[in-house]
Amino acid sequence: MKFNLKKFLADNSVPIMFIIICIICIPLSGFSTSYLLNEIVTRIVRNAFLILSLLIPIMAGMGLNFGMTLGAMAGEIALIFTSDWQIWGIPGVVLAMILSIPISILLGTLCGNLLNKSRGREMITSYIISFFINGIYQLVVLYMMGPIIPIIHQSIKLPRGYGIRNTVSLLNLRQSIDNLISINILGVKVPVVSFLIIIALCLFIVWFTKTKLGQDMRAVGQNMEVARAAGINVERTRVLSIIMSTVLAGFGMILYLQNMGNIATYSSHSQIGMFCIAALLVGGATVDKASIGNVFLGVILFHLMFIVAPKAGTVITGDSMIGEYFRVFISYGVITLALVMYEAKKHKKKKMAEGDDNEKQ
Amino acid sequence: MDNYVIEMKNIKKSYYGTTVLHDISLKLKSGEIVGLVGENGAGKSTLMNILFGDEVISSTGGYEGEILIDGKLATIKSSFDALNLGIGMVHQEFSLIPGFTTTENILFNREPTRGSLVSNVFGERLNTLDRKRMNDIATEAIDKVGVKIDKDMLVSSMPVGHKQFTEIAREISKDNLKVLILDEPTAVLTEKEATTMLSSIKSLASRGIAIIFISHRLNEILDICNRVVVIRDGFVVKDSDIKEITVEEITKQMIGREVGDRKKSSRNVSNKNVIMSIKNLYVDMAGENVKNLSLDIYDGEILGIGGLAGQGKLGIPNGIMGLYDAEGEVIYKNEKIDITSPMNTLSKDIAFVSEDRRGVGLLLDESLEWNISFLTMQVKNKFLKKLLKFISFRNKDEIKSVTDHYIDALNIKCTSSKQKARELSGGNQQKVCLAKAFAMQPKFLFVSEPTRGIDVGAKALVLDALKVYNEQHNTTIVMISSEIEELRQICDRIAIVSDGKIAGICDATESVEKFGALMIGAKV
Repeated sequence: MKFNLKKFLADNSVPIMFIIICIICIPLSGFSTSYLLNEIVTRIVRNAFLILSLLIPIMAGMGLNFGMTLGAMAGEIALIFTSDWQIWGIPGVVLAMILSIPISILLGTLCGNLLNKSRGREMITSYIISFFINGIYQLVVLYMMGPIIPIIHQSIKLPRGYGIRNTVSLLNLRQSIDNLISINILGVKVPVVSFLIIIALCLFIVWFTKTKLGQDMRAVGQNMEVARAAGINVERTRVLSIIMSTVLAGFGMILYLQNMGNIATYSSHSQIGMFCIAALLVGGATVDKASIGNVFLGVILFHLMFIVAPKAGTVITGDSMIGEYFRVFISYGVITLALVMYEAKKHKKKKMAEGDDNEKQ
Repeated sequence: MDNYVIEMKNIKKSYYGTTVLHDISLKLKSGEIVGLVGENGAGKSTLMNILFGDEVISSTGGYEGEILIDGKLATIKSSFDALNLGIGMVHQEFSLIPGFTTTENILFNREPTRGSLVSNVFGERLNTLDRKRMNDIATEAIDKVGVKIDKDMLVSSMPVGHKQFTEIAREISKDNLKVLILDEPTAVLTEKEATTMLSSIKSLASRGIAIIFISHRLNEILDICNRVVVIRDGFVVKDSDIKEITVEEITKQMIGREVGDRKKSSRNVSNKNVIMSIKNLYVDMAGENVKNLSLDIYDGEILGIGGLAGQGKLGIPNGIMGLYDAEGEVIYKNEKIDITSPMNTLSKDIAFVSEDRRGVGLLLDESLEWNISFLTMQVKNKFLKKLLKFISFRNKDEIKSVTDHYIDALNIKCTSSKQKARELSGGNQQKVCLAKAFAMQPKFLFVSEPTRGIDVGAKALVLDALKVYNEQHNTTIVMISSEIEELRQICDRIAIVSDGKIAGICDATESVEKFGALMIGAKV
């Protein structure tokens, strides 16, 4: 088969655009290779798990799931409890993960059922649901923690006596997994255990696609009506995919925060969904197709740009604010482009598919 | 002693008070192929939906009569009941998952699985798929069908024929299959694929599966069936051994009511001035392709265009009106018209009442006034008040009076001219579509399937309205319809389309058999 360059470029235009931006910005920024490698490894460890949690709903045809923000909130609540109980280190992380599961399942079930009622508009609906649940999260964390939900430790409580401080320090937990076994390869610090966890999740996803449930999700994602006619419980399958994604996002958020070392109680979760989805799209995924490869390419390219663009902007313009502005501007511009191009392509495909179907009648 | 695999006795079914099936009885022995034929709307699909437990049936009050499987009374309430009883069906629309391979589709939701530690804890859905057994079962089923299709090919990249074979293989792979319903399986196939399909159907029957074969291609029926059953207007009108019947007889039974000769047209369209001449028209309308069609239409006549579904009759007006990609020459009043955009054709006073009245014809959530006036407003700048020359407003009074005029003239049943189009019944919606076209005061009118899905009373009114409009305004009307009887009622001439071309044009007074023969075309 002849390699079709034009098609290759068209199918991968978003990653290619980012590669070009990075190639231009890296020399301008003047960062050393080892600095960049260290940064990228850190970002992969921090974000890959969260982004991987998006893959299952895409497989089930629910699109890019902003509902992962709910999982992030569950993870944060679990971490607030473990820090209040002063359980640190690895036991703290593990306990937080266990605590997050029931909260994630609850929120995921809610989100999944709501999304079943707004079929075809999952992306925007889940985005708005995340705002709605954010309100409830604030109510719980700001008012109910203290008077209703017992919080003992003064260091995380607001001075007024109830509610949680803006920042909860996880200093005693910070990078406890990353530092468990870490080796130094050519000056780059590689946290082995964190990578093993991420690899385990990748293996889990690969295994999952081979299960009956995974097969059902793929079918539901491609044609709900046919799947229903074959006796698959479409609604339940879709809800399950969202629950799995939410639980994984909860784990991902806990790993993310243990790497950061503190919780910004009222803002950590709010942008995480946007950044993860952006990274996935940059990696070449679309609303209905995403692979593990997209995740890693996306993390690397998106964060490489995040690291180098402000510095490059500062070098060119002499003003650090403009650099900051540019990285936000360019990344959202590219996301918009990715979504628009996807819709255009889908429309074209649909038109062709309709032609096929009609021929039968 | 006859052992029937399946017996349907005195089946009756009505939708919302309209009886579709009156009294249908059908029996099949194992290994028998029965051909089921009838015009569009005769009740074939309804009968098969009953047998396959389609949701439409149970949600509209079920059916009357008995179905016996292997001599035992069976209740079929859903397609799962049907599957459990060993009834398989290959629908006209493919129900395949596009991103799955042949194998995955054949075994869809019946995949053999292997348990694991995880699935013991979390339930069977976490069993892993047994790919090897899946491949084995699929290969066996494909072999039984007797065709060569790649078991690892994705459905989305398959030719249509392979999709059809995949569906059949899926039904075959079910162990308990006793009766297989094939709804026009050859309609989309090439000649060669169709031949393969027919021989594989025969070989399936020789394995003891009873097959109900629905087709419009009568020669295929004669070729492979043991018996043929003709349905018309919800009755079985003929149930005969294949050796005792001819194509002519089947056609006659399908179409002919009491084949009365139509009264000679009271007027003679003697002036044979060609108002529109269509030359070498090609229309790319999926499922209704027009291929190199030429036709002359005379001034002031009502021309009927008939033919079986899928032969291209609907493509003609849709192509000329610019709704689908079309190529070819259309000369209207000695002037060539550009058929690439609807506005070009509309501005020549040519109007079109679409067969898709809810999609193309109406603004469902707007008032009748809007529906009837917007086209005229758009095309002819009527019903508008000018202010300072360049700002135009709608002239509400004029719109209301025109709407009221048509509500009255066409007897549209509504609460007021402000009622929303969605709230009207099908027949009345159709009248609104006609009113919309009439309001433009066209010189030339295409009407596509004007009576589809409306009841008998409304049908007569619609046909009458067309005839009256033709007489009063001397408007040339081209009416496209699947019902030959209806065309014979009001048309002067009838053209039959077959395979995207005109198979023949006859005077409307010709015998029904003649039209029937033309419809089946050269295939007989």
